[in-house]
Amino acid sequence: MSERPDLKQALGRLLGPAAPEIGCDECFERLDEYVDLELAGQDPDTVIPGLRAHLDGCPACREEHESLRALVGGKQAL
Amino acid sequence: MKAATASPRQLDSESREWLRGLRATGAERDEAVARLHALLLRAARFEVARRRPSLPHLRGNDLDEVALQAADDALMSVLARLDDFRGASRFTTWAYKFGLLEAAVKLRRRAWQGREIPLEPETWGLFTSASLEPDEQAEQSELLSTLQRAIDSVLTAHQRRVLVALALNGVPIDVLAERLNTSRGALYKTLHDARRKLRKHLEESGMTLEEEL
Repeated sequence: MSERPDLKQALGRLLGPAAPEIGCDECFERLDEYVDLELAGQDPDTVIPGLRAHLDGCPACREEHESLRALVGGKQAL
Repeated sequence: MKAATASPRQLDSESREWLRGLRATGAERDEAVARLHALLLRAARFEVARRRPSLPHLRGNDLDEVALQAADDALMSVLARLDDFRGASRFTTWAYKFGLLEAAVKLRRRAWQGREIPLEPETWGLFTSASLEPDEQAEQSELLSTLQRAIDSVLTAHQRRVLVALALNGVPIDVLAERLNTSRGALYKTLHDARRKLRKHLEESGMTLEEEL
């Protein structure tokens, strides 16, 4: 029997982030800058407001952020 | 949605060197393009390796082919958009994202190849929150019921289909964009508008959303 999806997570996916967010195109445009700022220990959310909220609301962009951060940060792929 | 703008920065020396080689002519450009392709292939293979456990039906040769095709397509994108690089990041970080994107899109599409896209709710009634107290669970169930009614009554047919497919049934956004012959950005705008409508409706209905929602 498969695990039942969590109600709270489901509500989060349906309602999306409460904070203002940028769209997928703007996210892709600035994802490299965001990741370099993160890896440099700076605060990317001050420089690029709305990108973090978009990552919370968009699984595809979130996956691409995780991959870029892992690749540039030197993590080995699974 | 709020638009973000990037300001031009001074390029680091490695990034300047990349641009110089890629804008050169003859053998110098060929060598830079070959190095760029190798960099993009590394990104594409990285993405393939990360997703490999979720793609058991694809064989090694298929995955190598996907990575190579992704690197080829990403090379075209990077070369076409070279003037868009403004130095807000290192050139290699900027280029990597094209390789990762091309590989991710191809793999998501492969994973959904031949599968029907579910545009109607498949999972209503399956949700559970074992960690919640009974009164909290009752509250969330009421919220869910109100949300179900709102999805049926407040959203347009297109908004409903997009929200259900993406947020409820887990269809990847680029897979849905391809099937509906639209763009990822346009679909996310539809999803965003639908979510805003639902939030507004819930607030007007007197529902209290927790801060993290």
